Amino acid sequence: MLNTLIGDVGHLSVILAFVAATVAAYSYYMAARGRALGDTDAGWMKLGRGAFIVHSVAVLAVIVSLFGIIHGHRYEYYYAWSHSSNHLPIYYMISCFWEGQEGSFLLWIFWHVCLGLILMRSAKRWEAPVMAIFAGVQLFLTSMILGIVLGDLKIGSSPFILLRDFMPDLPVWQTNPNFVPTDGTGLNALLQNYWMVIHPPTLFLGFALTLVPFAYAVAGLWKGEFSAWTRPALRWSLWGGLILGVGIVMGAYWAYETLNFGGYWNWDPVENAVYIPWLVLVASIHGLILWQRSKLALRTSFVLVIATFLLILYATFLTRSGVLGNASVHSFTDLGLSGQLMIYLAAFVVLSIVLLVSRWKKIPISEKELTTYNPELWVFVGATVLCLGAFQVLFTTSIPVYNAFLGFIGIKSNLALPADQIAHYSKFQLWLGVGVAFCSGLAQLMWWQKNDRSSLSSTLTVPAMLSLLGGALVILLVQYNGKKMELSYIALLTTALFGVLANLSMVFTLLRRKVSLSGGGVAHIGIALMLLGVLASSGYSNVISQNTSGLLYSREFDQTTNQDNVLLWRNDVTRMDKYDVRYTGQYFDVPGVPGYVDKQQLYRTADEYKALARSDIKRGDKVYYKAGDTLEILPENTYYRVEYQDRENKSQFTLYPRAQVNEQMGGLLASPDVKVFLDHDIYSHISAVPPIDQEKDWSEVKEHVLSIGDTIFLNDYFAVFRGVEPAKQTAGLGLAKGDLAIQADFLVSGEKKQYHMHPVFVVRNRLIGRVPDEAEDLGLRLSFLNVEPQEGKFTFGVSTTQKDYIILKAVEKPFINLLWSGTLLMALGFGMAIYKRRRETEAPAVPAPEAGARPRPVMPRPKAVA
Amino acid sequence: MKKAHIFVMAIIAVAIAIITSTAGDASVYVSFKEARERAADGNLTKVHVVGRLPRDGQKNIMGLEYNPTLDPNYFAFTLVDTNRIAQRVVYFNPQPQDFDKSEQVVITGAMRNDIFVADKILLKCPSKYVENEVKGATASIN
Repeated sequence: MLNTLIGDVGHLSVILAFVAATVAAYSYYMAARGRALGDTDAGWMKLGRGAFIVHSVAVLAVIVSLFGIIHGHRYEYYYAWSHSSNHLPIYYMISCFWEGQEGSFLLWIFWHVCLGLILMRSAKRWEAPVMAIFAGVQLFLTSMILGIVLGDLKIGSSPFILLRDFMPDLPVWQTNPNFVPTDGTGLNALLQNYWMVIHPPTLFLGFALTLVPFAYAVAGLWKGEFSAWTRPALRWSLWGGLILGVGIVMGAYWAYETLNFGGYWNWDPVENAVYIPWLVLVASIHGLILWQRSKLALRTSFVLVIATFLLILYATFLTRSGVLGNASVHSFTDLGLSGQLMIYLAAFVVLSIVLLVSRWKKIPISEKELTTYNPELWVFVGATVLCLGAFQVLFTTSIPVYNAFLGFIGIKSNLALPADQIAHYSKFQLWLGVGVAFCSGLAQLMWWQKNDRSSLSSTLTVPAMLSLLGGALVILLVQYNGKKMELSYIALLTTALFGVLANLSMVFTLLRRKVSLSGGGVAHIGIALMLLGVLASSGYSNVISQNTSGLLYSREFDQTTNQDNVLLWRNDVTRMDKYDVRYTGQYFDVPGVPGYVDKQQLYRTADEYKALARSDIKRGDKVYYKAGDTLEILPENTYYRVEYQDRENKSQFTLYPRAQVNEQMGGLLASPDVKVFLDHDIYSHISAVPPIDQEKDWSEVKEHVLSIGDTIFLNDYFAVFRGVEPAKQTAGLGLAKGDLAIQADFLVSGEKKQYHMHPVFVVRNRLIGRVPDEAEDLGLRLSFLNVEPQEGKFTFGVSTTQKDYIILKAVEKPFINLLWSGTLLMALGFGMAIYKRRRETEAPAVPAPEAGARPRPVMPRPKAVA
Repeated sequence: MKKAHIFVMAIIAVAIAIITSTAGDASVYVSFKEARERAADGNLTKVHVVGRLPRDGQKNIMGLEYNPTLDPNYFAFTLVDTNRIAQRVVYFNPQPQDFDKSEQVVITGAMRNDIFVADKILLKCPSKYVENEVKGATASIN
């Protein structure tokens, strides 16, 4: 039944949210205009508050309506039809919500609403100017989902558009304008992952959090309060650094677990678009800390805080305007919003640059000249390194933008991203890591003491010596294992070790003084560990699935080519590095049954979500389903069971890399399975399987006439024809009274075990029916062709097919756990820093006492080396 | 000269190094004709080529060669670039599974002898967003 009410409610709420945001922005602006900070016009203020609350309620109504549409399977709406389907569990319905561009804008808007409501209560005298900027941003964001057409001008893309309005050319509308599809096209298979439920909200919360310091900075410039804004801005920036940093690593972990490019970071423009602002955000945190402790770097802080938010807007423009085109695998589809996005970006760039330039001369600076004995200098150098790293990624990632811009002014450009992006980015970002690790260690040691030549050298000696020793030891170990270590790797290894040890020694000292002071140190240790994890897992990732079969196609080329994938025949053992590997069949996920269930144990039915058990499905002694029971399966994923056995110590493990057959996404989507050891991961994924969408290629049927007890070779397997028995009421047969049904019993000896095969012969109303039986493991199909009772002879048809196989790629990733555990430490450090600042209210008139300053966190990010 | 100035100059120097190095690493979109000319000149830097897959009357792609049982890491196909020049391409990896569904293909690599050796394939599949058929829509007419 076509229901337009819920969509109309949603659409009206969007319009209301837009109008209310406009009113709120204007009222808050008028409330603060021409007055000193904290002195506001009460009437305008009241109006602004009211309008923002109306805006918040309207946004909630939009979200509720859209979720109602998805949850109610209302496929008359394009959004539900294109992002959801009947069989989607509720937690994935949540991720459908933000799979589309409109929904993800909505998520972002939602977080701004939450933060705005908090600020309305807590910002006190900053409320009016800060909220004016908040509401201004909301005005732009809600306009993106407005979905209004004025003449030729289309403003925004509404998530509440009906299918018939989105695709008006379908012939069905002429015959039945109220047609509603019975099922949706479903959620992108790769997004059906629990990380995709939690990663986007985290990332968008991180995005939203960068608006708060930006709003404070702009308010500070506007109201001429150049210093007081830094206190709340720092606290919010720490939140932003925490949430955005964790969000980025979550995305990396999702990619590692779900995609099959072989790692966690691919330098895709969409990934870079978030990495860049995060680096600048972290640099801005250091700038703010420098100002609070030493009255330094205030101008830098202004620039960096503002740049962070503008880079978030630029990232939005990159990923949503379609400008990336061929350059990215996973940017959003172009909704024709590029004009609007450009205006959004330009408005804030112009606003902040004009404000910054006009107030630049008034921003206080320090005349103090820093020496190498000032920790501030090293903090500043570290922040600079972060910015240079961000600049490098930005400059390369923007190549498609240069093309678009040149095309716009009429110059044809054929510039492309570097052919080997990983090598390109790594050669710079590796040195970013070196700089960050070194500065973080050095500055942390110096931060808490008075420095001169002798005190500095005495503090430095122990960590420096230890890192050199440790570095040398690791280099020897690496060489002992027959691996090479380039100079840049050695530099990163040594500085990262220094980063860990220097920060660790400082954390130990601080623990005795006051635990909460050590947040910065903990975060820095996390970062240095992440760097070590990246260096080991990416620099020394080792493909163990080398094709050693000796069969090679590539006669054209004498040089060695890529041989990173091996073919595994079903049930055959293949040697792979130190493992014996065997592929043993295809499995399904059956809800309620632990592990996976062998496909050969299931009869598929017409309903692809249901199957019948061919034999008892049990785990240990517990029987989950009896033979003949109907059970629910999740048919999207096929799990390929691969056994690994270590040849030396005979230890075993089993991996289930999975693949989804997905017509809409085009073919097969493979996801890896990972075996986690303490010091390395074994990561393996399917690269190819025999064509799935075609019927199997069976050989011509060969007839055999047998008597009971005869033996025969079937597809090279030894088989015994043991007898004939009445057919059981087995699955799929649907026997009726009066039917005569018999089945043969064959025992076939396969490589590992024996198989019973039961081809069935049915006589119903004097018509003969035959139900063949297939042993997928053996590539064998038997049909019961004829019975000659007088002579005791039975005729069977045998056809064979190519045996099942998979093409597998397996990679060893050493010490990848350092990356994940480093991330947790970094998050913990951020958390401690936030906790320490929990009571600091906004801007005391006197500068903060020395003890109020704290170590600063520096952080680079996961980067793929080599 | 103050230390601050030296610092600023160092930053500018690094930024310039980044820009020039990026300019050197940046690849280009070319046609097969140009890719061959580059190879003939001894220029082996990798390029991007955009093309389509030739299809016969039944919409089947012509010239796909992938026989995993012989060599799982050898996949060859023919690509026709925007100037309608056809070129044999070899990719030393398994055939991407959605390959036959793709409309546009972007490859990265370089010519070696008479063959274009690709090390990256980017497929532009007909996105589900531009889907113009609805399952069941035809059924309901009857």
